[in-house]
Order: sequence, then structure tokens, then C-alpha cells
Amino acid sequence: MSVRRLSPNQPDSFAFTPESEKLALWWIAKFPAARQQSAVLPLLWLVQKQQGWVSEPALRVVAEKLSMPVIRVYEVATFYTMFMLEPVGSKALVQVCGTTPCMLRGAGDLIAVCQKKFGNRDHLSADGQFYWQEVECLGACSNAPMAAINDYYYEDLTAQSFEAILDDFAAGKSPAPGSAIGRQGAAPEGGPLVLSDPKLYDGSAAKPIKTLPNAPPKPKGKAAKEPAA
Amino acid sequence: MVGILEDKDRIFTNVYGLHDWGLEGAKARGCWNATRDMLAQTPEWLCDQIKNSGLRGRGGAGFSTGLKWTFMPKQESDRPHYLVVNADESEPGTCKDREILRNDPHLLIEGCLIAAYAIRAHTAYVYIRGEYVFERERLEAAIKQAYAAKLIGKGNVHGWDFELHVTHGGGAYICGDETALMESLEGKKGQPRLKPPFPAGAGIYGCPTTINNVESISVIGTILRRGAEWFAGFGRPNNTGTKLMAISGHVMKPCVVEEAMSIPLRQLLEDHCGGIRGGWGNLKAVIPGGSSVRMIPAHEAETALMDFDSLSALKSGLGTAAVIVMDQSTDIVKAVARLSYFYKHESCGQCTPCREGTGWMWRVMERMATGEAEMREIDMLLDVASQVEGHTICGLGDAAAWPIQGLFRHFRHEVEERITNYRAGKPFVQGATLQAAE
Ligand SMILES: Cc1cc2nc3c(=O)[nH]c(=O)nc-3n(C[C@H](O)[C@H](O)[C@H](O)COP(=O)(O)O)c2cc1C
Ligand code: SF4
Ligand code: FES
Repeated sequence: MSVRRLSPNQPDSFAFTPESEKLALWWIAKFPAARQQSAVLPLLWLVQKQQGWVSEPALRVVAEKLSMPVIRVYEVATFYTMFMLEPVGSKALVQVCGTTPCMLRGAGDLIAVCQKKFGNRDHLSADGQFYWQEVECLGACSNAPMAAINDYYYEDLTAQSFEAILDDFAAGKSPAPGSAIGRQGAAPEGGPLVLSDPKLYDGSAAKPIKTLPNAPPKPKGKAAKEPAA
Repeated sequence: MVGILEDKDRIFTNVYGLHDWGLEGAKARGCWNATRDMLAQTPEWLCDQIKNSGLRGRGGAGFSTGLKWTFMPKQESDRPHYLVVNADESEPGTCKDREILRNDPHLLIEGCLIAAYAIRAHTAYVYIRGEYVFERERLEAAIKQAYAAKLIGKGNVHGWDFELHVTHGGGAYICGDETALMESLEGKKGQPRLKPPFPAGAGIYGCPTTINNVESISVIGTILRRGAEWFAGFGRPNNTGTKLMAISGHVMKPCVVEEAMSIPLRQLLEDHCGGIRGGWGNLKAVIPGGSSVRMIPAHEAETALMDFDSLSALKSGLGTAAVIVMDQSTDIVKAVARLSYFYKHESCGQCTPCREGTGWMWRVMERMATGEAEMREIDMLLDVASQVEGHTICGLGDAAAWPIQGLFRHFRHEVEERITNYRAGKPFVQGATLQAAE
């Protein structure tokens, strides 16, 4: 478990922008009536997108919007580590994956880059532009080592390529996410070794199938048989 | 040819995203073909086909998917049925569902419709881990296409009203556990529930719920199109089908690839990943199924098959088929200590053995890595690990114990050596032995 608390410095208020408001209603509508609480994570995420982090007044706004006790929203905001409880860098939130598969391929070097450039983890950098963290497996291990910067994944990094990407962010650019060595998704370096059969892509797989394998001669003909148990 | 599986038998034909992920592309590759005929069959027939295919859950536990579906009530009552798709994918080493979500999303959508019909559900939720922002956007876009084409939704061309929604988490591994996921989906902290009741009786909102992994659901359409026997024809009995395998760590070329079940581990690594860095002889150990299974040393990896039975016979497991490879340069104690940190970080904190045990095990593992620990602490650590294992609400407690047990089962002598050397004033330095050997 990790201990997470709200920041001592809080703004006075929070209000959803009209766009966030619209998205909030879209999320709420996904869930059954009276189950609007289900939208709490997506709504906190909207808060974070709008504000950069999740402030205490925002918890109240979300609680009111979903008719839930503030304490329940508070619990959720502190339980889930993706919610940033204090302001993050104006240019980027940098999350380096440090779990074993990334560690085996050099996550330590990326962590050293962040330490050198931005200072201690879980703090705003001196210039207020960056905030970096070491996080747990982000589910891109075949493209290790990697980091999530703002919302997207930067993969197959080295200290050098990582530093160049961070410099781009510092310069106000938005470097393209994905593999830093030009890999095609999670294909092996140098290109896929499989999926070269042109028949897979010529449309022949879309030809109508006369009868499904093992289909009974008269579908839905007889009443569904009762299972034994 | 590389590997065992031929291109003509691949289910995930766009796993690398080289082709159109959208509806037109997916249709050209065979998705949504004959789906209407599938929904013209009875739910029982569908469950039987999936049972006969031998498909076992791809989320780690390996439970028969067709059988799980039959646990749902046969009649809908006033409580609606739900399908929930587990796209939390947070098990270290695992990165296969991501490729489906972003590159072959229509296979998942089609599978959701079929599975929902088989369990008599009209609504499904896909719960994606919060960090997969791109993947979520992609899946939302694909679902929009499916609605627009009337493939799903109210009054769709398949004749089974079906709503499909995407929701997301907030960066908590524990929400991969099915009951924690349901709590999270309901808008609460992701703390696993006690079972029973089981999800098929009372899942989300107290309603009958089936929960399956992304890959389990995404293979359904193709299995039905090509026949249960086709799928059952790959791998060994009880271990059938094709499987996405994700390889990370010290191979020349890590990748995600679909292969036949029961492919020899060595062949998988050599054919698809260019082998071990520095050659097969440089292999130290492999964690073959995601971080939560016990590692196997090189000599066992030599003959292991990538399937449930072969790996459990080696006291490891297939898990999610996420293969983490470690060569001789690895500080294997540190590698496991980092996993212990992961479990400590991700424990939800509701059971004492896990909350306290994961933190304690991590701290001891860190001292094992440097050699500072006492010799007698090894047995104490193993004792604590075995007391956490099996005494907690969910599987995270077990998952925290297993990597440690695997390490000491095969490399206890290395830890002992470190402790002895530390006391002799020769603290462990990573890479020192390699340099000495050169
Ligand atoms: C701690 C923990 C984490 C898990 N994480 C995942 C996950 O990320 N994805 C997943 O599909 N299953 C995960 N599972 C397994 C699920 O609980 C469940 O067994 C699975 O989603 C069922 O789907 P299947 O039968 O299709 O495999 C996890 C289990 C535990 C105990
Ligand atoms: S075993 Fe750990 S993660 Fe699972 S319910 Fe108990 S405290 Fe939570
Ligand atoms: S360990 Fe870094 S993405 Fe999985």
C-alpha cells in the first residue's frame, strides 16, 4: 500500500468546464440509473485532465455530481495512484516504469536521467515544468524500458533518446509517442517475422461461410435443452 | 518458418498494427463474418463449442471459459446479466491485451456480443487500466464504428440487443482481480470481495456477472468460425489453442507473438526473439507466466513447454504467458526484490498477512540482495512467505510469495554466498563476477 494524502495547498474552488461537463454526463450515462457512482474514476480523471491534478474542492464537486458522500470520493482519490494529489509540471508528468522487466533492460538509466534533470522523484522540478515518478509495470514490457509522459507511452528508450524526448517537452514540443527505435508496435526489432501470408489480407477471409462448423442442421429448431445441473 | 503456428492459423492478424484497425479492415480479415449465424444458435450450443475448443481463461487462472459461462442463471430474472471484460493488464511482464485493444479491437467487440448472448446479457463493460489512454481511445473509436454499422446496440442486425461500454481504472494492479475490478467498476476502492458469492451469482450491482480476460473473449469469434476442433488441434490435450505470448527481458528481440500452445519455451525464444542475449548458455532463469509465477532455471527452461501442465509440473505456471528472461548478468536477488516491492506497493491493505507481510518480505529481500541479511532469515522469510500464501482474501498474497519461493528453490546458494561474503567484508557488487571471469 502507499500512503497518499491531499496537498496542504488547495485552491478555493473547482468547476468543470463546459467540455468536461459534457464528457462527465457521457460517462454517467454509461451506467444504470442510480449507479452513477460508477463514473467516479472517469470523472476524477476528467478533473485531472482539466486541472492537471485533483484538488480537494474538485472532490466535492465530483461527490455532488454523483450524489455520493465526499468521503467516498476522497477514498477513491487516495486509493488509486494515477490521481495526482498535488500540482504537477507545467510541461510534463513523467512516469518511468521501474518494475523488473523494465529494470532488466535499463530502467535504472532512465531514472538517473530524471534524477539528474529534475531532482528528487515525487516532487515538482525547480522550474515547475516537470514532475517525475517511478511507477509500476505499465503493461508495455516487450518495449522496455519505457515511460509514460503525460498520457502516452514512450518505448524502447535509452538514456540518450529519453533525454532528447524530455528536452523536446521542455522546448514546448510534443514528440511523437511510441518506439524510440522505430519498432512496429510490439513486433521484434527489425520487423515482424510472422503475418506475411498475403491471403490473410486479400479479403478471402470475408467470404461468406455456408454453415458454421458443428452447427446443428436446424438452428433454434428445438427448444434449448435443459442442462443437467 | 519461425515457430510452430502458421500464418493461416493466426487469430490476431493485425497484432502489430500494420493494417487497418477499423471496421473495414477487420471485416476484410474475417471479423464479423457469420456472427449472425452464431447468434442464431442456442446459448447452450455456444457454451458447448467453447468448452469443446478447450479454451482456458487467458487472464492467468486458466479456467475453462465455456464452463464458466454455464454458471450463469439459465433465465434472466429481474436482475440483468452482465459481461465484464478484464482489460486491466497489470501483471508485470504482460503486454498482450494491449495489442488486441489497439490493433484488433473488433475481434474483442465481436467476442463481447457473442459471449453476452451466450450468458444472456444485454450489457457489457470493458474495464481498461487507466494508463492505457491510447488503447481506450482506440477501443472507443472501434465501438463507435460498430454502433454506427448496427452490429451492436439496440435493434442491431444480429437480433440481440447489446450495449457495450468502456470504463477505466486508476492505476491499481489489484483491480485486475475480478472482485476488486467489480468494486472499482462500481466506483469504490478496488478491494477484493470475499467469495462466495461468486460473480455468476452476484457480481456487479449484485447481478449475475461473467468476467473474462480480453484475450479469452477476443478469440471466441474465430473459434466458432473455424470450429472447436480447429482450436483444439493446437497444443496438447488440456492445453489447447493458440496464445499471445509476450517476451521481455534479456532476449535479443523482445516481442509479442501469437503461438501454438505447448510450443517449447526454447523454440519460442530462439525463433521469435533471436535467442538469449549472448546465446542460450548465457541464460540464467525465466519467469514464464508473468511476475506472479515461480521462476525456472536455465536447465529447466531448456525442456519446458509453454503450457499449463508443463509449467505447473515445474512448480511454475503459464499465468498470462508473459515470459521474463534473465541472463547471467542479472542480479537475480535484486530482480525478485523489485517484484517484492511491486506487491508491497499494490497490496490493497485489507488483509493483515498481505498488508504487513508484503512490506516485511520486501524489506528482507532488499537486505538479501546486498547480503546484509542474517543467514537464519532465509528460513524465516520462506516461513513468512508460506504463511501469507493461501491465507488471504485474494491471490495477491500468493503472488507475492511465489517469486520469493521460486528464487530460493533454485538460487538459495547464491543468496547464502552473498551473506557469507558480506560478513567477510566482500559486499556484493553487480557484475563483479562477470568482470572477474573475463
Ligand atoms: C491480483 C490479481 C491480479 C489480476 N490481474 C488480472 C489482469 O490484469 N487481467 C486479467 O485478465 N486477469 C487478472 N487476474 C485474474 C482475474 O481475477 C480473473 O481470473 C480473470 O480476469 C478471469 O478471466 P479469464 O477466465 O478469461 O482468464 C488477476 C487476478 C489477481 C488475483
Ligand atoms: S491479499 Fe492483499 S491485495 Fe488481496 S485482498 Fe488481501 S490485502 Fe488486498
Ligand atoms: S515492467 Fe515496465 S512496462 Fe511492464
